[in-house]
Amino acid sequence: MATTTLVTGARASRSTITLKLLMAASGIVFILFVLLHMYGNLKAFAGHDAYNEYAHHLRTLGEPMLPYEGFLWILRAALIVALVVHAYSAFALWSRASKARTQKYVVKRNLASSFSSRWMRWGGVTILLFLVWHLLNFTVGKVNVTGGATNDPYNLLVDTFDTWWMTAIYLVAMFALGMHLHHGTWSAAQTLGLTNNARARRNAKTLGWILAVVIAGGFSLVPIFVLAGVITK
Amino acid sequence: MRLTLKIWRQPDAQTKGAMHTYELDGVSEDMSFLEMLDVLNEDLISKGEDPVAFDSDCREGICGMCGLMINGQAHGPEVTTTCQLHMRSFKDGDEVVIEPWRADAFPVIKDLVVDRGAFDRIIQAGGFISVNTGSAPEAHSVPVPRDDATRAFNVATCIGCGACVAACPNGSASLFMGAKVTHLGELPQGQPERDARVVGMVAQHDAEGFGGCTNIGECTAACPKEIPLDVISRLNWDLHAALRHGH
Repeated sequence: MATTTLVTGARASRSTITLKLLMAASGIVFILFVLLHMYGNLKAFAGHDAYNEYAHHLRTLGEPMLPYEGFLWILRAALIVALVVHAYSAFALWSRASKARTQKYVVKRNLASSFSSRWMRWGGVTILLFLVWHLLNFTVGKVNVTGGATNDPYNLLVDTFDTWWMTAIYLVAMFALGMHLHHGTWSAAQTLGLTNNARARRNAKTLGWILAVVIAGGFSLVPIFVLAGVITK
Repeated sequence: MRLTLKIWRQPDAQTKGAMHTYELDGVSEDMSFLEMLDVLNEDLISKGEDPVAFDSDCREGICGMCGLMINGQAHGPEVTTTCQLHMRSFKDGDEVVIEPWRADAFPVIKDLVVDRGAFDRIIQAGGFISVNTGSAPEAHSVPVPRDDATRAFNVATCIGCGACVAACPNGSASLFMGAKVTHLGELPQGQPERDARVVGMVAQHDAEGFGGCTNIGECTAACPKEIPLDVISRLNWDLHAALRHGH
């Protein structure tokens, strides 16, 4: 698609780098959210009452300044905006990239790219599909696969992860999330222009590892300990 | 040594190409990769066949004209240009797959020759500084800190060969643009046009059909001049600055 003319009226806001900037900014919103979410989930270790009280408190947070569930809806709105921006930028850049090389190489070797970086796109799709199921499971539909109670957050959690294949789905999703965070954190730092020397690049990559292990690992603890019979009703 | 060469042959830009296999005997390990192709071409000419078209100029690793995808690696297995790659990097009986740079912004002209005019247009769109020519200015009139000068020199080694684009799974030219933006933006002379430069170059890059960067680092691994990934961070930083300044 090479041209022979120079672009006139160039705008910074129309560039691929702006799309990447949007992706980085929305990604940071998600990083902060999953950190909070992971912390909340660990309340399961404190037992039935502590966990349910935490869930209830999320709904009354900010009262009386905010209405019931007010904080939660503000958070949801912000997350929906971030999701739309993140997914739109990702698919726009994905489509550009596939048009940039329509004739593939017969032989192409990867020398430097990490496994996680090569899985960003399909890993992202995996996380998106998981998100749909996760919301059906715990928020929108409250599906209890064992047929038990759905109005008690703690019991729904234990019933879900007592089912081995549900735990398996969640662990696969957390692996995908960990990989996404590993490359995404470093990539966001680079896109924001914060990695202007070798040490900053190393630090950004280390931060990617830390966030991947802490978040994906922290999320995985609850399902594993439920299945192992440590967290029970 | 004896080699099996699998080479992309395409008579012109319009005709569809295909991989062709050639057996080449008597290759010395002291030959450069391009000399090995010269030997193949002499053989083809003597048989009355069309020789394989490939780009080369200085054959010293400094002009950026040559560039082939060799066994899936831009410029082959060593960190250097194709002309400075020697046959001692291969062994007897090896199969060597040779393809042109693949990017829709670099259309194939013939066989292994691609049109890298897109890079020229990116430079035209902002990869320059405007100064009056004539007598040399007083050297002390514009002091440059030593570290800035070093960094500018280090990334000014980019020869525009296109290996970064060839190696990038997204077909992005971000390393090339980053090298130019850093090289000029690091120096006092590059400041007046700094915002317009990055905006113009990135807009031209996007219009040429190159992909976006995903920060995976294949470009820097393929770069014969070892331009580091920092320059892409700098490129992004400069574009944000231009956005903030209302460009």
